[in-house]
Amino acid sequence: MTKRLFVKGNEAVAMAAIEAGCRYYFGYPITPQSDIPEYLSRELPRLNGEFIQAESEIASINMLLGASATGVRAMTSSSSPGISLKQEGISYMAGSELPGVIVNISRSGPGLGGIDASQSDYFQAVKGGGHGGYHIVVLAPSSVQEMYDLTMLAFDLADIYRMPAMVLADSVVGQMKEPLVPNKRPAADLPDKDWAVRGKGDGEQRVVKSLFLGDGELEAHNWKLYRKYQELKARECRWEACQTDDADLLVAAFGSTARIAKTAIMMAREEGLKVGLLRPITLFPFPERAFLEATERTKKVLVVELNTGQMVEDVRLSVARDAEVAFYGRPPGAGSLPTPEELLEQIRQHY
Amino acid sequence: MRHDLFIAGFGGQGVLLAGNLLSYAAIIEGKNVSFFPSYGVEKRGGAAMCTVVIADGDVGSPVIGNPSVTIALNQTSLDKFGSKVKPGGICIVNTSLVNLEAFGRRDIEIIRVPMNDIAMGLGDARMVNMVAVGVYVAKTGAVNSATLEEALKSALPERNHSFIPANMKAIEAGAEFARAKTS
Repeated sequence: MTKRLFVKGNEAVAMAAIEAGCRYYFGYPITPQSDIPEYLSRELPRLNGEFIQAESEIASINMLLGASATGVRAMTSSSSPGISLKQEGISYMAGSELPGVIVNISRSGPGLGGIDASQSDYFQAVKGGGHGGYHIVVLAPSSVQEMYDLTMLAFDLADIYRMPAMVLADSVVGQMKEPLVPNKRPAADLPDKDWAVRGKGDGEQRVVKSLFLGDGELEAHNWKLYRKYQELKARECRWEACQTDDADLLVAAFGSTARIAKTAIMMAREEGLKVGLLRPITLFPFPERAFLEATERTKKVLVVELNTGQMVEDVRLSVARDAEVAFYGRPPGAGSLPTPEELLEQIRQHY
Repeated sequence: MRHDLFIAGFGGQGVLLAGNLLSYAAIIEGKNVSFFPSYGVEKRGGAAMCTVVIADGDVGSPVIGNPSVTIALNQTSLDKFGSKVKPGGICIVNTSLVNLEAFGRRDIEIIRVPMNDIAMGLGDARMVNMVAVGVYVAKTGAVNSATLEEALKSALPERNHSFIPANMKAIEAGAEFARAKTS
């Protein structure tokens, strides 16, 4: 067995970025994600990479756009208020079909809110947080190992589908330490970046842009983006199903909340309650078919989130017609993280 | 087997190092573990707390409401977390700094350990956390005390490796105290 390291979630993201071949990072500090730039500011210069602490979040997302347009793997990270500032740039990247990884170790809001764990950026992440009706890939790790593995996957999906990819986590997954197997970058069949700008030379002119003014041009561009989202839904949905086969009640949760729910489910099973966990790993594309198929057998679903109800809407759109979907959530903030015991009580109530 | 534990004290008592040490030992023994420090607006000299979950299988939640064991290194820790221990669980209390008179729980086992006195007897008051780890390991068997010596090499920076024997002595003193109490 490979030696297991003991690593903080945020550090695992930074380690994975390096293993995935990312050599360019642009960011601006904000709690609770600053371990990521700290790590990369130390490691990237040694690898002939570039670490830039930009003057703002807006500058750093546009640096990401520029780096990505030259065809290199690049990343930025921030936390909720900073991610809000980056939305314009993310929209431009989506419109320009540029890959690039954006990490959101989200914190509680709205506004400056607080620094505690939160899942209230779900809508912003999966529905296209900026203007123009686009989507980006959104991955939701729930362990330190997944922080590592899904960050590498984010780079691959971004390159394959030519779109930004987000790793969406929070201070529970970012700040906790767990064993980590630092896997090698997986082999992936990646398309050539024959669109990347490379300066004035002899080749044909290449233009990376999101401005389309010709008659019918922008509509065609949007249909092209739409087809990519359909392709993602068909090919790239990922989820974890745990003890769902005989379940009378399905608990649906993502990220840190799914971890808490897992222990609540173990406790419920000890009481003889048949409860299972369905955990979306890709939030976009949302694993619609997994929910449809699971609710053809199991008619009760309890969605648990660290917000007042966001993913529950996608669950309701996905389940079988006769399934009942209940919701339990807590708005994020100091002291609002639910315990397994609290979720067990909810399971008993909705069973 | 699944072990969940709160370790709490004030900043400087080595709460996080104790949690890290147990985690490294669990990893060396091939177990799974999660270490979750309380995360919020923290300040120097303020409260320090971490949750450690050690399991042969899936760790599950890194967040626990009612742990099987709480180690309380100072008074506020007992006041805040003593009531959370699962019925039938264990509370390991540093009686050098904690007054138990007002603590009314009769449904858990309370292990009273004068940790500062033991540490000072060994010549270093900073070993309080290691005494606590010794008591915990002897009491629960969550990890083997032999593994802790190797784990210390990972938990401590290289420059402090010369202190490993002193740390092991404190762990052993804690374990010895726990065994004498229960036999």
